[in-house]
Formats: sequence, C-alpha cells, structure tokens
Amino acid sequence: MSTEVLHAEPGIFRKYFFSTDHKMIAMQYLFTGMAMALIGGFFAYVFRMQLGFPNHYVPGYGIVTPGRYNALVTMHGSIMIFWVAMPVLIAAFGNFLIPLMVGCDDMAFPRINRLSYQIFLLSALVLLSSFLVKGGPFGGAWTAYPPLSASGAYNLTPIGATLWLLAVALEFVAFLLGGINFTVTVMNSRAPGMKMYDIPIVIWMIILASIVFMASAGPLIAGAVMLLFDQTMSTGFFDPTRGGDPLLWQHLFWFFGHPEVYVVLLPAMGIVAEIIAVFARKKIFGYKTVLYTTWAVGFLSFVVWAHHQFVAGIDPRMANIFSVTTLLISVPVTEMVFLYIATLYGGSIHLDTPMLWALAFIAEFMIGGVTGIFLGSSGTDIYLHDTYFLIAHFHYTFVPIAIIAVFAGLTFWYPKMFGRMLNETLGKIHFWGTVIPFNVIFIPLFITGIAGDQRRIYNYAQFAEQSRPYLQHLRTTSTIALLVMLAFQLVFLFNFFSSLRNGKAAGANPWRSNTLEWTAASPPPHGNFAEMPTVYRGPYEYGLPGRADDFLPQNVPDGAAGD
Amino acid sequence: MLERYLTAASSYAHSIDHLFILIALVVGFWLIAAEGMMFALIFKFRAKDGRPTQYITGEEPHLKRWISIPHYIIILCDIVILAGAITVWYRIKQVMPPADVTVRVIGQQWAWSFQEPGPDGLLDTADDIRTVGELHVTVNTTYHFELLSRDVVHSFAVPAFRLKQDALPGRTISGWFKPTRVGTYDIQCTQMCGIGHALMAGRIIVETPQDHAAWLLRNSNPAAAEKPVQQAAAAPTTDASATIAEARR
Repeated sequence: MSTEVLHAEPGIFRKYFFSTDHKMIAMQYLFTGMAMALIGGFFAYVFRMQLGFPNHYVPGYGIVTPGRYNALVTMHGSIMIFWVAMPVLIAAFGNFLIPLMVGCDDMAFPRINRLSYQIFLLSALVLLSSFLVKGGPFGGAWTAYPPLSASGAYNLTPIGATLWLLAVALEFVAFLLGGINFTVTVMNSRAPGMKMYDIPIVIWMIILASIVFMASAGPLIAGAVMLLFDQTMSTGFFDPTRGGDPLLWQHLFWFFGHPEVYVVLLPAMGIVAEIIAVFARKKIFGYKTVLYTTWAVGFLSFVVWAHHQFVAGIDPRMANIFSVTTLLISVPVTEMVFLYIATLYGGSIHLDTPMLWALAFIAEFMIGGVTGIFLGSSGTDIYLHDTYFLIAHFHYTFVPIAIIAVFAGLTFWYPKMFGRMLNETLGKIHFWGTVIPFNVIFIPLFITGIAGDQRRIYNYAQFAEQSRPYLQHLRTTSTIALLVMLAFQLVFLFNFFSSLRNGKAAGANPWRSNTLEWTAASPPPHGNFAEMPTVYRGPYEYGLPGRADDFLPQNVPDGAAGD
Repeated sequence: MLERYLTAASSYAHSIDHLFILIALVVGFWLIAAEGMMFALIFKFRAKDGRPTQYITGEEPHLKRWISIPHYIIILCDIVILAGAITVWYRIKQVMPPADVTVRVIGQQWAWSFQEPGPDGLLDTADDIRTVGELHVTVNTTYHFELLSRDVVHSFAVPAFRLKQDALPGRTISGWFKPTRVGTYDIQCTQMCGIGHALMAGRIIVETPQDHAAWLLRNSNPAAAEKPVQQAAAAPTTDASATIAEARR
C-alpha cells in the first residue's frame, strides 16, 4: 500500500469530526478545553463578584443565591481540573507532541484516540446538561463528600449530583484510553536511534503523568460506582446508619486526588523544561536528575493523600506519617525547580513570550510550593485547613500549571500547530496583563485565610470576625484584579485568532530548536514527516563548543551540516 | 504574627502561631534565595551579541554541588519543620489534658447545637442545658467536646481558638480546648454541607466564672432533676435560621 493512499486528505466532515489524526484530535481537545476554560472563568467571575460585592446584582448573571453559589464553586473546581487542565495539558499537548517529538506518523491506536475524544466530549456535555435539570447542577464541592453527595434529601440536587458523577466517570474513561495510547506510542513508535534518554523531558513527563493517572484512577472509579449506587439505588456504601463509612469515600477520592495534582503538574513542568532549554540556548542541567526526581515525585504522590484529611476524623496518629511523606515530596520537587534555575546559568537568555511564561511558571510555582509546607505540616493545618490560605496556595500551584504553563506551551508551539507566528507585542501585553493581576488576586487571599475566612462561604455577614472592614477590602481587591485578568484574556483570544490568518509565516523551525517536531513542516501534514527522521543524539545539544550554530537537532547525523 | 490578624483565645493558639512563624522563616528564606538566584541569573545571562552560551551538562562536580548541597540542607529544614509540626499536633490532637467540663457539640443541616452540663457538672443528666448556635464556656477551664453529626459531614471550626475538627455522622469524635480570653468568638462550619453551609454560624461565649455561674442559674430549672427531659433552655434563634428558611425556598 502506498503512503499516498494512507495519508490522503479526508473530507471536511471526517477531517474535523471523525479524524484519527493525532494533530486534529489534539486541536479538538485544545478547543474544547479552551471553551470549558471560558465557562469555568465565567463562574469564577460570578462568585468572586458575590464575594467582592456581596448580594449585588452580578452583570451577566443576576443575584447569586446560596445554592447557586455552591453550584458555581463546585463547577468551577470540577471544570478547571477535569475539563481544562486534563484535556489541555495531557490530551492536547500529549496528542500533538508525542508523535511529532518521538518521530512517528501517528499514535499507536488512532481509533482509540478518536474514541477517547468522543467520550471526553460526551462527558463535558453531560456535565453542562446538569444546568438544565430540575434542582440545577451539583453544589456539594468538587470533592463530593458523602453523605451530602449521596442523597438528594441532603444536597437538594438529586439529578445534578448524579450527572456530575457520570461526567467525571466518563472523563476518566477518556483519559484511561488516552493514557494507554500515549504509553504504547512512546514505548513502540520512537524514531530509529531514539534511546530512552534521548526522549525529550516533556514526553517523559506526559507519559509518567499518564501512568500515575492510570494507577490512581481505579480506586476513584470504584468509589464513583459505589456513590452512584448510593444515589440511585439507595445502597449504603457511605451511609453510617447502614454500615457504610463516609470516610471511605474521602480515602478513595484523595488516593486519586493527590496524584492528580502531579498528573497535571508534570506535563506543565515538561513544557517549561523544553522552553527554558530553547530560549536559554542551554542543555537542561542534569537531564537524568530531572527524570529521577520525576520518578520520585510520581512514586511519592501515592503516599501523601491523607494530608487532605488531617482533621477529617482519621486516627490522629496517622497525620504524623502523612506529614512526613508530604514534606518528603517537597525534596524532589524542590530539586527539579533548582535544576531548572541552574539551566539558566551560562545561557544566552532570550525573553520572548514563551520564555516569559516559562520563567513566570517557576517564579509563581515556587510561591505555591512553599506555602504548601504550612498545610502539609499537621500542626499548622489544624488552623489553615479549608481557609482561603489553602485556596491561595492551591491557586499558586494550579494557575501556574493550568494557565501559565499552558500559555507557555501554546505560544511556543503555535507556529508548529498553525504555521504562523503570534504577535510578540500582543503576547507581552497579555503576559503582563495576566501575571500581575494573578498575584493581586491571590496575595490578599493568603491574608484573609490567615484572618479566618473559611472557603465556600457565599457571604461572611454571619461572622463578626470575618466582617471586619479590611477583610472586605481585601476580598474586593481580589475581585477587581480578577476582572482585570479576565479582560486581558481578550488580548490573547484576539492574538490567537487573528494570527491564524495574519501572522508571519513561521517556517519549520522558528525557534532554532533541536527536537524532532521542528523538522516537520509547519503545520505538519497528515503523516507528519516528509522523510521519517532518525535520531543521533539527545534533545538538548545547545551551545556545543566548536560549532558555528548554537544548536544541533536530534536528526542531524554526526559530521553533517553546520560544522 | 497570626494574632495581628485574628485574636488567639485558646491555650494552644499560640503554639500554632509559633509553628507558623517557624515555617514562615524557613520557607521564606528559601523562597527569597531561589527567586533571587533566578532573577540574578536571568539578568546576568541575558542574550548579548558575541557572548556564546556555555555547554554544561549538569554532571560537572563543581557545578553539581550547587544542587546537592541545598538539597541536603532542605532535608534538614524539613526535619526541623516536621519536629515542630508533630509536637504541636501531638499536643492538640493526640493527647487530651484532664477535663474540667465535657460538652457535646452536634452539627446538623444547618445549625450547631450544644449540650452542656447543668449545675451538677455532669453530662446526660436532667439538668443539662441545650442551646442552639451559642456555646457558653468559662475562661481558663479545660473543656472536652464530643462531636457528632446528625446528617452530613460538617466541620467544627473556631478560628480564634485555632480549633478545627470535622464532624462525621455515625461517629463521636473527641477533642479539647481551653479558652484563655473572655469574649465572643465565631464558630464556622468549614465542610460543604449543603445550601445553608454559609449560614451555619455559631458563637462561643467565653465568660468569667461568675458570669458563667449566673448564666447557668438563669438557664437551668431548679426542679429539673425531677423531670425526665430537660426543656427549660430556650433555644436562642440565630438570625441564620430565618435566612436558611429563605434559602430553602
């Protein structure tokens, strides 16, 4: 069979809706994720307005009732984690980058890949449909602790709760399919010559994230089935009056929930590693050490889950063990960050937009990292647990992951995805317009948390201590900063869509990068490479002494070109 | 430091605050050092014409030290923080000093109710005082509490005491506190418990021994010992209940 037949351009319908091409599936995931991000961002806008200006009419929404407030925070959390971070970081970047960076024409199982996206889309529609049912969407927090989540009599959203659970379960199916596909592709379809230690860090990290996800999702899926039975068939898995145990769900949820943090962190760290190497024109400092720390993080992430439950009614002695493991995991993560900073040493740093985002990721993520120590230490967690200190800490890790690193990756690979360059000036305006307000949103929330603001409270008027005027000023400041940050996203959307048509043509390798995706045309055609590449060296050979060019792509044979 | 933001009104509040300061100093040092190093490197190695990039693999021993030495110091710092964290945790959650008084705290959608011993000082006797939304306690007295939930998971948090403990249906969870400052302090529910979650407010009123004795007298029925069930304590209606009723609609 000739390759022309295999790689013939399909019709419009097959191309955009039933494609098995990894790049098209990546775009489907990317645009679905971006649409969900707009929805999740809108919810944040609504409930922050309620907190900043309590009981006022919210333009574009109306009055926020307590029930609606709970639903909004629940949906904001669920959407941003399961329907934005996961699809964009793992599925969109994973699908787009894996075949291109390991040098093959497509995923190992293209049809499973298509099925994965279709199930994912279905899960998003199921979730959004809960806004249309009687009682409205689920409002029992994204952690969905039973008995509240198990009984319509308690949560008053019997249909919404079940739809939420179904949507999460479907989303997991989609990512299990994707994870298997990613792992098999990298194991079996690498270009000739690409050894394990020649694989770019972002690919390693996406694969490890997929493995961590696949290994941690099982218990939660089991828990979800039990919770579904509790909701719909009145079983009593989590009902203490009938021999069940509400704590069981918390263990199953967090056994998944904490590794999940690293499932989204690792791809983000990988994206940042690629960008730092390219824009500092430097080999990654200690490539193998980065991988060892990644494995350590992946392994340790399975033994920290109960630090979410210090005050949940578990045996208090257990808290000590989980404090130890939690502080232990800070060691490899810190080391990874140090290695990234060390990569800058001796480089020639170009501050283009992708590099700004990558450096901002490190700077902001460090704040998220160190504030986690306060919460991982059982003693201080007694006070700070479930306060806005936790919210601020969490967003200082998660916004760098799901927003800053995603913008880093999008601005970096945009030329490869669409064949055109983004506008640098607009890119920088968008960068500063996002990063500065981001800090203004969350630094005040550290203070309100220390002052005793508990999370998921729609109005603090009930509490004398929380009604002190300066706390309300801080909440209002945070809300206004959010409005500014959201407004600057319009700059990005404009830049993104107008550059599709008006951007400067990119050429195959605009950033003078070493990895294989830059040897394909921009955008890569169906089948990716005109000539399948062969790999001769690792991905980060920048600044080799005695060469005219400061980079040496992986596919250039020794002694050829540029010497 | 925390006291600048919120009163510390229990015997262990200060140990949590001190632990917070210890951690803040340790991680603050590392945060400033790492951020400072990063920005210094960005400035020092910004792209300049004619200055080539250096080829460094990260395996060179004299450069590797810059990672491995901080790495060992961080392990040391972790041990220091852990020692502090576990000491504080042990004192607050693992051991309980002998109780002067034991009270019962019951969470339900969406109110806190309390059962306090009457003048006889014993719980589950006929002169018990039952209240909704308000717990009256005596300053400098060690209280044990038995925490229950009637429906879903709640969390009994008294920020001024630095106290937090989830209430689980089907279990009785014990804990303790010793108020050290007279005043009125908020109780917040900190576990999502349904549409009235934000309205599940309560107050702890810390009184002098004289005031508390007077309150006990006012609220306990002298003839209660002969009655099987104590009905005397009026349940003070918090403004929350009206709002909850509204929210339910």
